[in-house]
Amino acid sequence: MNRSKTSSIMGDTLFRGLTMTFAAGISLLFVAMIVVLWQQSQLSIDTFGFSFLISDDWNPVTQKFGALIPIFGTLLSTALALFFAIPLSLGIALFLVELAPSWMRTPFGTAIELLAAIPSIVYGMWGLFVLAPLMSDHIQPWLQDHFGFLFIFSGPPMGIGMLTAGLVLALMIIPFIASVTRDVFLMVPQTLKEAAYGLGSTTWEVVKDVMIPYGKKGIAGAVFLGMGRALGETMAVTFVIGNAYHLSWSMFAPGNSIASTLANEFTEADGDLYLSSLIELGLVLFLITFTVLGLAQLWLRRGQGNRR
Amino acid sequence: MNNIQRRKLINGAVLVLSTMAALLGLFMLVWILGDVGIRGAAAMNWDFFTQLPTPPGTSEGGLANAIVGTALMTLVAALIAVPFGVMAGTYLSEFGRHNTMGTITRFISDILVSAPSIVIGVFVYLILVRSLGHFSGWAGAVALAIIMLPVVSRTTEEMLSLVPPEMREAALALGAPYWKMMLHVIYRAAVAGMITGVMLAIARVAGETAPLLFTGLNSPYWMHSMNEPMANLTVTLFDYAMSPYDDWHTLAWGAAFLITVSVLTVTIFTRLVLRNRSRH
Repeated sequence: MNRSKTSSIMGDTLFRGLTMTFAAGISLLFVAMIVVLWQQSQLSIDTFGFSFLISDDWNPVTQKFGALIPIFGTLLSTALALFFAIPLSLGIALFLVELAPSWMRTPFGTAIELLAAIPSIVYGMWGLFVLAPLMSDHIQPWLQDHFGFLFIFSGPPMGIGMLTAGLVLALMIIPFIASVTRDVFLMVPQTLKEAAYGLGSTTWEVVKDVMIPYGKKGIAGAVFLGMGRALGETMAVTFVIGNAYHLSWSMFAPGNSIASTLANEFTEADGDLYLSSLIELGLVLFLITFTVLGLAQLWLRRGQGNRR
Repeated sequence: MNNIQRRKLINGAVLVLSTMAALLGLFMLVWILGDVGIRGAAAMNWDFFTQLPTPPGTSEGGLANAIVGTALMTLVAALIAVPFGVMAGTYLSEFGRHNTMGTITRFISDILVSAPSIVIGVFVYLILVRSLGHFSGWAGAVALAIIMLPVVSRTTEEMLSLVPPEMREAALALGAPYWKMMLHVIYRAAVAGMITGVMLAIARVAGETAPLLFTGLNSPYWMHSMNEPMANLTVTLFDYAMSPYDDWHTLAWGAAFLITVSVLTVTIFTRLVLRNRSRH
């Protein structure tokens, strides 16, 4: 009796310790990633210092590496993606929660979420072979004809470039933002909505004055989640961004993002400094997405806390 | 009255826009899947599944080695990530619900789920490729496993916490030690949900490209072991789609078709299973 009791306590301690080791493994893995990336980019950090982040000179021949163009491209393509994705995702979430007849909600919601299941390389390929020709033949010339006086629509319509990258990215993050926003909307207590309807509000007024204010942290979390995805997305962007070291405010101009630079150059990097600079680029991307996704988690958690 | 009309007009406009946004989303899904389906189905033939890649210009090549390579790396990734993730998920659900360690692990897992997969590729390159001096299927599998791990651990946690507390109480009241209760009662009750979670995680990494670029690399030959650069569908798709050759483009569409169909089938199937379970 006594012996089996001790052995069961031993077993439990062992079990608990074992599961804890693996759980700690996840955090250790994360720390190891930062430490390894940091160590391996030392050479580049020592050589270029802070100017790495603000120099637009990326030249493997002269061994000068500045990350401004990839960083700019990453931020601009993400901003464009959010510009298209936020209103569309809110519209989709609103439709799924308030407008669609109930038999339509599940199939429609699943269809939107399936957009998230399509592998990113398929988006990239589709963007290159289907969307890019459409952009260069129809959409970009049309934009230039009507809004050509704007500097953001200057330059030759090549199809590939920032705008196309932003559109493909938007398509990829819409399911994430829309489905989280839908869940946030669903959490709004029915009584609050009914009270507003009872006062004579229209559906839009209920959304604008009750549902969005109630779920604003959750919606911010959803947007940051989509942003984190867009910042680090590699394959879809690499296909359509144009891969050019060229700083331009034109949405038609080809550019580069951190992820696409890594995808294109990492295996071909010869020389320690070149490789180290690419690793530092990876570290910068990791830290940016870590910050954005961390904020997303905080807001989504706190949003849940409010609801309880 | 005028005010009410204006409010109704705005309301109507917003509702129309919202419906259009939803229809646009559905339209894009159909458009992309339609293109992949039509162009990809044209590449499907016996050679596609049985032949090795050939140089451009000879049209009888296939992607047999890449199909096997992707399957093999995904399988090894699952063998690494599933035990690891299930144990970590067990800790989160059983011991770490409210303590600091649980909160931190949960936070980091949720970030790793969305972390840029290309950076995970760089990390694995530094620890497994650069130090050993060559690209390998093992490195590719490890990179995929790192991506799977947080997904498996979070779904395991979720599935375990869905098991009714009465079952734990009944087992513990009979005098079972905690680990026996987990093994014989809780895992058994949650196993169907855990398997669907693993299937979803596998579907996710099967379509990953970025982490394989610097780890598994690619190869036009049959693999002899996991210790060498390994052919895989996604990197082959990338190389072929970026090439200027039409017959390689056709093969790339075929690869896109195969990947998309497999991933979507698993995703839809597991979703149906999960929905039926939560309905009971």
